[in-house]
Amino acid sequence: MKRIPWWQPTIVFGLVVALWYAIAAWYDKSKELAFVVPYPHLVLQEALTDGQFRQQLLENLLQTVVITATGLLIATVIGMSWAVLMSQARWLEHSLYPYAVILQTIPILAIVPLIGTIFGYEFTSRVIVTVMISLFPMVSNTLFGLASVDRAQWELFRLNGAGRFTTLLKLQLPAALPAIFVGLRTAAGLAVIGAIVGDQFFQRGTPGLGVLIQVSNSRLNGPGTFAAIITASLLGVVVFLLFGLLGRLVTGKWADQS
Amino acid sequence: MTADTSVLLDFRDVSMRFGDTEALTGVDLTVSRGEFVSVVGPSGCGKSTLLRIASGLEQVSGGTASTASQRIGYVFQDATLLAWRSVRRNVELLAELHHVPRAERAARAAAAIDLVGLTGFEKHLPRQLSGGMRMRTSLARSLTLDPELFLFDEPFGALDEITRERLNDELLKLFVQQNFAGLFITHSVAEAVYLSTRVLVMSGRPGTIVAGFDVPFDMPRDPDIRFTPEFAALVGQISHALREGHR
Repeated sequence: MKRIPWWQPTIVFGLVVALWYAIAAWYDKSKELAFVVPYPHLVLQEALTDGQFRQQLLENLLQTVVITATGLLIATVIGMSWAVLMSQARWLEHSLYPYAVILQTIPILAIVPLIGTIFGYEFTSRVIVTVMISLFPMVSNTLFGLASVDRAQWELFRLNGAGRFTTLLKLQLPAALPAIFVGLRTAAGLAVIGAIVGDQFFQRGTPGLGVLIQVSNSRLNGPGTFAAIITASLLGVVVFLLFGLLGRLVTGKWADQS
Repeated sequence: MTADTSVLLDFRDVSMRFGDTEALTGVDLTVSRGEFVSVVGPSGCGKSTLLRIASGLEQVSGGTASTASQRIGYVFQDATLLAWRSVRRNVELLAELHHVPRAERAARAAAAIDLVGLTGFEKHLPRQLSGGMRMRTSLARSLTLDPELFLFDEPFGALDEITRERLNDELLKLFVQQNFAGLFITHSVAEAVYLSTRVLVMSGRPGTIVAGFDVPFDMPRDPDIRFTPEFAALVGQISHALREGHR
């Protein structure tokens, strides 16, 4: 990954905030609907100084983190197992890969009522939505990584009597690590989206930021809505950077790109 | 060197087909202890297939191919090192796959690393090494199994001339010290003559052996032998046979 100079994005950030002020001012002065697009400083004030709201925001953020982490963990385990299974035989790959693609093409909205009916409207269903959204990149990237092993290296293992399991453990999985981390980074970003989307459909129990966004919005609390949206977005960025960093820590020394 | 000259590799009337393509036909070839045999031939003549058959990676379509030893070293065109393993751990790999105990493995790896002159680079990762050093690591990896028969598939083809000549000298030194038999595939007639006790010439597809030359120079060899008229004459003869076979 190329290092981006910090000042270029900072200028863009400044421009976005300026534009935001302009739009907020227009809603405030011309349309007198200040809550639709609140001023940035009001959003900051709501998030930082309103004790009750801040408390709510942190609690919901924690819930979203828990849902994201649980969903991502499950997606990683299922996704990697699925890919390892497919890598063992051509016929298995041919039999199972189409379903990985289908899984990705199912409109989540279409099966939400079903998930709710079967698994209820709480934590379990929120996690299921998260897993469904983040699973595909884990499957495809792991499979790609496992298959990227050099043919001569395969033969080296074969010539020296290595079985399937040894080859998987000592050759394929290490070789696949860079690709697995690319998958993990993508899946982590998607898992945050999945957790927020899951909240919107399954609101019982202790949901996360998705519900706070909806509730704030329905109460015409513009600053609250924006604060929750921005928090959710920041979580996505943090998670993406975290797994990028983790990938570089694990494979950066020997892998060509990460 | 021992006087034992028993046959380690024996090909009799070997033929090989891949689908409709006839890759090899009527190949007779033996490699005995104390021999270093090189095979030269045009691209795509099935030279590498000989090694794949000898190692057991491919089964013959006709004839018989037998090896008298289980201890076979195989050096690929690429160094085929594992990028995530250090030089030492790469060299230990084959012993590890053969379930050699840890302490024994480490001792063998240290000895092999010393033999190829990589002492001091044990902790380096492959990406930190030059092409020549990677190939040395690959050689050391095979040496840990103390092979009786060593198969080389154009191992120095991708290296620059200077590195290649240096590795040729080191390989000759290893051949004299370690007492393995070698079967070496190459594009370079001069390399084949310099390294070998015998040079075989293959024709184009379907590949078959059209000529054989004994190399009369003694081992260990003086690098300057390459600049003698006798050496040049033999290279000339073999190159001529190569062109004849190509027609």
